[in-house]
Amino acid sequence: MTTNCLSFKKNAAAALQDDELQSVLGRFCDARHQNRRDGVSRLPEFGRISDQAVEMKNHALAHLDFYLETFEEKVHEAGGIVHWARTGAEACAIVDDICQSMGARKLVKGKSMVTEEIGLNNHLTQRGIQILETDLGEYIVQLRGETPSHIIAPALHVSETQVAETFRQKHSHLDPERSLEDPASMVREARLVLREHFLAADVGITGANFLVAETGSAVIVTNEGNADLSQTLPNTHIVITGIDKVVPTLKDAATLLRLLPRSVTGQESAVYTTLATGPRRKKDLDGPDHFHVVLVDNGRSKALGTPFQDILRCIRCSACMNHCPVYGCISGHAYGWIYPGPMGQVLTPLLLGLKNAVHHPNASTLCGKCREVCPLKIPLPDMLRSFREMLFRQKLDAPSTRLGLKLWAAVATRPRLYTRLAGWGTMLLRPISKLLNCVGSGRTLPVPEGRTFQQLWKKYE
Amino acid sequence: MNKAKDAILNRIRTGLGRGRLSADAQRSLVEGLAAPADNIVPGRVQLSGPDLIREFIRMTTGEATTVSRVESDEDVPKSVAVFLREHGLPDSVVIAPEETVSHLPWEESGIHVRPGRAEKDDLVSVTPGFAGIAETGCFMLVSGPNHPYTLNFLPENHIVVLKRNRIVPTPEEAFDLLRKEFGPGNMPRTALMVSGPSRSADIGTSLQFGAHGPRRLHCILVGEQ
Repeated sequence: MTTNCLSFKKNAAAALQDDELQSVLGRFCDARHQNRRDGVSRLPEFGRISDQAVEMKNHALAHLDFYLETFEEKVHEAGGIVHWARTGAEACAIVDDICQSMGARKLVKGKSMVTEEIGLNNHLTQRGIQILETDLGEYIVQLRGETPSHIIAPALHVSETQVAETFRQKHSHLDPERSLEDPASMVREARLVLREHFLAADVGITGANFLVAETGSAVIVTNEGNADLSQTLPNTHIVITGIDKVVPTLKDAATLLRLLPRSVTGQESAVYTTLATGPRRKKDLDGPDHFHVVLVDNGRSKALGTPFQDILRCIRCSACMNHCPVYGCISGHAYGWIYPGPMGQVLTPLLLGLKNAVHHPNASTLCGKCREVCPLKIPLPDMLRSFREMLFRQKLDAPSTRLGLKLWAAVATRPRLYTRLAGWGTMLLRPISKLLNCVGSGRTLPVPEGRTFQQLWKKYE
Repeated sequence: MNKAKDAILNRIRTGLGRGRLSADAQRSLVEGLAAPADNIVPGRVQLSGPDLIREFIRMTTGEATTVSRVESDEDVPKSVAVFLREHGLPDSVVIAPEETVSHLPWEESGIHVRPGRAEKDDLVSVTPGFAGIAETGCFMLVSGPNHPYTLNFLPENHIVVLKRNRIVPTPEEAFDLLRKEFGPGNMPRTALMVSGPSRSADIGTSLQFGAHGPRRLHCILVGEQ
């Protein structure tokens, strides 16, 4: 698991200079805003369903131990095995053990952010196991040796031309003269190449959008159907997911399913919503003989009982990043780890430690849009504020920031001094702005009125 | 790995500021699982009769599924033959080995059928649908000895035969059917809800069909119109 969080400023500056990325990002975010708006407007009950979901998830988290154990029992009844992993390393070791015991050489994998989080691909590759991403975006990112730049659209940063180049380079067994001029031909090619891998794989790995305690099912949502092939053709199916994903009943899953695709693409439902429960039954003609679920903590339980508990409600819909003015300018790689945007700015310091993500709490205008579009109403800006306080208390922010904050606090806690200085400042800003506007820098500064709010209040009271 | 399990559960309990739940508390949670409160569901699908069917068709065709309607089971092979002709497909199909599909008069329509799981080169599959969900336009397809799951994914063309009386307003009601027919808390290995053909927008954010699963999803709706 490599992270690049501390280079946030450098990464962000580079992203801002990348014209191609800027144009892709702009189009992507605009489309997603429209999609979500349309989707939400088709469901007048959205707000109430969202409230119900918040209440349900809060209940599930308050009784997380009970629902996880119930889930485990049900999986066991269905013939599956549940594994518990405290850390990413433990989770990797569990998967590794399963693979070794099956003599597995080739794995196919549906999209799973948790496997990115724990660095599973690297771990297994080093152990001599071939692991193939099957979500088209993830596959492209894997071929290019990159990481996802968005939790739902992993290859958002890769242009059509770049995909064609990558396919030509990596699918070297195919005719070099073949046409790859449009997305349709590239999708066709990926389908053919990946289909062979599906048929040859020993183990299929998927994530889970939700776990259902009532039935021991893992709910997996895709539009491509890759997760279904991953969990049907190989002889072993391993689900890897976070302990925060469990909900009590199928009905509760239905509530979240009304919110999840709608918040991403505006869809009423994803193309495929699959409830996977246990291995193939006795007389089934297909399906895996073995079914494992790996429940990963990796720092999640630390959030319980803290101001950050609500982040465990997150259903990874990506609405917060799609609507974040900062994400919209710098894209996912700038954040330096796999969870970008507002949810990532909270999850990253939680899971990696604040000292490894010191820029994350400040990479926000706190405009509140993320909270507004979050279907689980997670108070992301409040959490970022709490992290900012922690940065200051733990002396993790820059000396200049600390000095500035201390000076400001010294003034702000002395009302008379504050009023006087603010008056001078406002007076001075007027000629300065005017002067700069005359010199001209391509941008026009707003010219202050010249008096502070308090001065005006006194005058007109 | 029980050590890991205990450690995680302990951390959870410490975080929540409590110990293990009391027997009473656990009992009431178990009761809650057996009798969950009603969900808020969209008013749009509080429909029945022909209105419900119309809404289902509207939603599923909106997801690029095609629909044809027939009066009775015996008409299904003819409808499949029309689909095969329209798309220039060969007249051999792989079908679910379930009576409602396998006992149909296929030969009368000149279609060769092979009941069983799908193989790599199968082009067309025909399977019965467990339920239709009007809210989302989804078909619920369950796996079982007579419902191989590969039929839903390997062939490029997938035809679902759905009885009109299996259309319900919401996913909750489809789950109720599962509970009723499989027993409470029991599930088939897979219960799939599918709304249309497989798709991806991962290349150049342009929507393409047939990413991994079927390129075409066709529904034959059976029942008086």
